[in-house]
Amino acid sequence: MSKQIQVSGLDAYYGGHKAIEDVSMTIEPRSITAFIGPSGCGKSTFLRTLNRMHEVIPGARVEGKVLLDGEDLYAATVEPVSVRRMIGMVFQRPNPFPTMSIYENVAAGLRLNGRTSKSEMDGVVEESLKGANLWNEVKDRLSKPGAGLSGGQQQRLCIARAIAVKPQVLLMDEPCSALDPISTLAIEDLMAKLKDDFTIVIVTHNMQQAARVSDRTAFFNLAEQGKPGKVIEMDETSRMFTNPSEKATEDYITGRFG
Amino acid sequence: MTTIQHISTGRRVKDRMVQGLVYLAFALAVVPLVSVLWLVISNGLARFDMEFLTHSMRNIGARDAGGGAYHAIIGTLEQVLLASVISVPIGLLTAIYLVEYGNGGRLSRAISFFVDVMTGIPSVVAGLFVLAFWILFLGMPYSGFAGAMALSILMMPTVVRSAEEMLRLVPADLREASYALGVPKWRTIVKVVLPTALTGIITGVMLAVARVAGETAPLLLTVFFTDSINNDPFNGPQMGLPLFVFDQAARPNDTAIDRAWTGALTLILIVMLFNLVARLIAWWRSPARGR
Repeated sequence: MSKQIQVSGLDAYYGGHKAIEDVSMTIEPRSITAFIGPSGCGKSTFLRTLNRMHEVIPGARVEGKVLLDGEDLYAATVEPVSVRRMIGMVFQRPNPFPTMSIYENVAAGLRLNGRTSKSEMDGVVEESLKGANLWNEVKDRLSKPGAGLSGGQQQRLCIARAIAVKPQVLLMDEPCSALDPISTLAIEDLMAKLKDDFTIVIVTHNMQQAARVSDRTAFFNLAEQGKPGKVIEMDETSRMFTNPSEKATEDYITGRFG
Repeated sequence: MTTIQHISTGRRVKDRMVQGLVYLAFALAVVPLVSVLWLVISNGLARFDMEFLTHSMRNIGARDAGGGAYHAIIGTLEQVLLASVISVPIGLLTAIYLVEYGNGGRLSRAISFFVDVMTGIPSVVAGLFVLAFWILFLGMPYSGFAGAMALSILMMPTVVRSAEEMLRLVPADLREASYALGVPKWRTIVKVVLPTALTGIITGVMLAVARVAGETAPLLLTVFFTDSINNDPFNGPQMGLPLFVFDQAARPNDTAIDRAWTGALTLILIVMLFNLVARLIAWWRSPARGR
């Protein structure tokens, strides 16, 4: 259910602008990996290269290798759609489909990809909503629009929608930045639970959050505005936050810049 | 250091004046609308009866009262329906290409430009084009279908423009959410983007329908006209409500003038009915329902 990601020598471009340069790292299965770093340093861009969402933007392209358990996601014959089916994503702002009910939102991934029987679908929806800690709050109003939930509930609905298609990896792009502390806590608890089944990668601006939830942390930075972002350091989270080997990491974590 | 300031009398007066001007402009804008409606309703009600709605003008003498616009109502409904069947799919697909696939490339800019050009085509030119090409060059008979083709030329740019705007309003977030679930692009468009934009697209199509339902000139050149009922839009001259009004209003008798007013009233009612139905469909499909 959970796979390892190996990235080597990855560059990502927006048209002529190089956004990240020469990123190499290994993301371990059944663990949470956090990306931290100042705004505009390419964390989200890098995250989006992992499930080939980067290339959705016109003019954007990627060079380098991303291996999912040894299989190159950027090989010429690979179908991007199938990559995204295996590597799910949760976005910064909750984005449930406004025309669909709560039930349909969770079922969307399966329903838009083919046929699933009604009883099977009921099971998947319940299981996913339970997995996202949302079932008890919405079980009586599954047919109501997903957009009617609160922000934190919407974000958990999006997580339920992402895990309903049973991906190997779950990418989360600042999933809590639009949420209040209580909803944030709910999602952090959820991540700790999901870690048993998924490889989780999370981008966050909140260093306490990275320290709380992640097993490993990568620090991204860029030399100056307009230059491409790079990985400065990656290590066990406990080491990164107590005894980083790079001066820049320490400066960023202690709040001396960024 | 700044202090809390109070609103000066000068600003208060200016505020009142601008407010007054806005109300005045609103009243001026409403006057023609209300007066047109009033005139059409008060003059049209006289002949708005069952005979008008169920009879044609066949065998109605020049000075006779009675007669009706059944043939014209049938014609208008069929022509507008056919025009929609032609122009809505083409227009919608064009809009989808422009928004989802064009990416501002050369082809999409060229299409955009020609859509703008089409918006400016006078309706009589659309009629002349169909007359010259379909009827004179290809030798086809006058028919409701020829009229529908002329109307669809007029509808298409409106449909493209309004659908394009509505599709652009769909947040990129939703497309990305769908892609991230491993849904292919075309299914994302069909299942996520189009339903989200549906209400707006329907409104746009209805505006286009309302615009062409009242066109007279292109029909005059392509549908010709007749006093008899012709249910077949593909063969032989038909009638349309605008043509009926045009024809009756040109006659010298009061009975004909009355029929013209009632024809105009019927046309307005039909367009309103279309709008109502479209709004019902949009409401029925809208996510706000059931909240």
